Amino acid sequence: MHLASIDWLVMLVYFAFVLGIGFALKRYIRSSSDFFLAGRSIPAWVCGLAFISANVGAQEVLGMGASGAKYGIVMSHFYWIGAIPAMLFVGYFMMPFYYGSKARSVPEYLRMRYDEKTRALNAFSFAIMTIFSSGISLYAMALLIQTLGLLDGLIPHAWVFHFSIFLSAAIVLGYIFLGGLSSAIYNEVLQFFLIVAGFLPLVWIGLRNVGGWAAIQQRLPAAMTHSWRGMEHPSTNSLGVGLIGLVMGLGFVLSFGYWCTDFLVIQRAMAADSQDSARLVPVIAAIPKMFFPFVVILPGLIAVCVTSHAVTSTTVSAPAALVAGVSAAATSSAESPQIKELHPHGIIPQKLDPITGEAVLDSNGAPVYNYDLATPLLLIHFFPAGMLGLGITALLASFMSGMAGNVTAFNTVWTYDIYQSYIRKNASDSHYLWMGRATTVGGILLSIGAAYAVTSFNNIYDALQLIFSLVNAPLFATFLLGMFWKRTTGHAAFAGLLCGSTAALLHHGLTIPQGAVPGLHGGWITTLHIYPSDMAQNFWTAIFSFTVNLVVTTVVSLLTKPRPEGELVGLVYSLTPRHIDSSLSWYKRPIWIASGVAAMALLLNFLFR
Amino acid sequence: MGLDVRLPLGLLFLAIGMLLACFGLATKGSDIYAKSMGVNLNLIWGSILMILGLLAAWLGQKPK
Repeated sequence: MHLASIDWLVMLVYFAFVLGIGFALKRYIRSSSDFFLAGRSIPAWVCGLAFISANVGAQEVLGMGASGAKYGIVMSHFYWIGAIPAMLFVGYFMMPFYYGSKARSVPEYLRMRYDEKTRALNAFSFAIMTIFSSGISLYAMALLIQTLGLLDGLIPHAWVFHFSIFLSAAIVLGYIFLGGLSSAIYNEVLQFFLIVAGFLPLVWIGLRNVGGWAAIQQRLPAAMTHSWRGMEHPSTNSLGVGLIGLVMGLGFVLSFGYWCTDFLVIQRAMAADSQDSARLVPVIAAIPKMFFPFVVILPGLIAVCVTSHAVTSTTVSAPAALVAGVSAAATSSAESPQIKELHPHGIIPQKLDPITGEAVLDSNGAPVYNYDLATPLLLIHFFPAGMLGLGITALLASFMSGMAGNVTAFNTVWTYDIYQSYIRKNASDSHYLWMGRATTVGGILLSIGAAYAVTSFNNIYDALQLIFSLVNAPLFATFLLGMFWKRTTGHAAFAGLLCGSTAALLHHGLTIPQGAVPGLHGGWITTLHIYPSDMAQNFWTAIFSFTVNLVVTTVVSLLTKPRPEGELVGLVYSLTPRHIDSSLSWYKRPIWIASGVAAMALLLNFLFR
Repeated sequence: MGLDVRLPLGLLFLAIGMLLACFGLATKGSDIYAKSMGVNLNLIWGSILMILGLLAAWLGQKPK
């Protein structure tokens, strides 16, 4: 694909601002706390947007567009069930302990609440996870640039992948190295607005083209345009997930495990200028998060509905027969698991073998579609030169914000929780500031390594879910018991975490999704159970791991000696005086904003049920 | 922090908005808009971004 000069100009302006912010903020970075915590001086709304933007990595814009094209609006469960409740919970109930304890990171909170070994376990597993997430973002971005041929004609095709990886890594390195967390947060705010500015007009023009939401509903199988249709049983919905797996696995264990314990997002809230602001950060972030399905999932649905310009712009009567045919086929098959084979593919291309250049076929001889290209191809389909530059920039911004979030979380955990705790204890603050910058370089280099390592998964989103379910799923039980049960002990937390992760690993080794080959997708020990989809397997891995951790931690706590209550003030709910927020005007109080968000999320579920 | 994020945010949108709007004006009626169903997206969206950018930059440079 060829980009016009105006497209390059828009992109250059953006990158100039990205690095400019790093330079502008450099002079405010005097101590390690400025670098790692942004001096705890950022207003709530800025942190809120950064909170959401750091979470928007490769998995969101590209992955959600792909899943939207593949499964439909049902993916909104990852927002309305799988994010909003957890975000409100972490803001309202957990933030006072994270912020109020003056911990500088999530692992550090674990040391204050439990002990050194629990912190070490969390710090190391988290550090590895951030590097992988960051590497996945980098890999996906380079692959996209290569597939779209953005740089073709500028540099030799064989170099494009490597060049893209190193250039984007260099840009992220530049602005974090200079300005630390504040620079990352400021850039995340820019990236957030850029993503909205790039995708909102895409959805608008796309909806206009296909004839609005009503036309999409007519054209696609009912299971794709309703979130809750067929959810009672795995065989009647496109995700292959049952109600318990969805609500418990995604809505409770995975989502609370991510939003309430992942330092990547919590770090943004910890940078807020007061405890009241810190509590508001996740709640404010929940507002845009709630509407993100319309910006990231909807393009996928539009992409499968688009037929051609001639048809849609001139008359609706021509495709009517086609529409009727498809929807008739769809209604008769809505109860069957083969929904995906019957839905139209619009502009989604077939997957080509990178070596032979021939179309890839599945075991039944049917073509395999490359859903990951849904959103980028829609951009190319609808945007003229100029707007296309903005759209591509938005796409690149989403990758960079995801990567930067991981890198800032990594450099903080490494410097405070690993280096300062186990390698060099009493160095000067300027030494740790230097270490932070050095770790930024190291983290970026490791991400590049991870990017080259990530090649065996072809669906980015599943890969991320797998990492999360192994590392994050048991974690929430540890925090839940730690914050709300004063009897929980350090030995118990450590044992629970280990057993929880082991349970996740065993479950993954003993079960397999339908149609998969034993190995990376599970079943590498033996196959005891077959899940209808890998998503179902992931959700149940999480449920098992969480339950094992909860039980082990409770039992071991009862067998070991609890810490004196005096040491736990400010760390445990029942021992901490309630924070009074009545000095705030009512509309600024978390409870009112949170209730409003919850009501809106319920309404959205109802509208798209 | 000494720098209000609305200032760089506003300036970025002002710059991108201006680029797009000017390009939109220059290519008025061009057939590149066949893609976007005849809508001059550059001009419309560019102008909107420009106005929003101006507003954000103005809010961001006001002394507190």
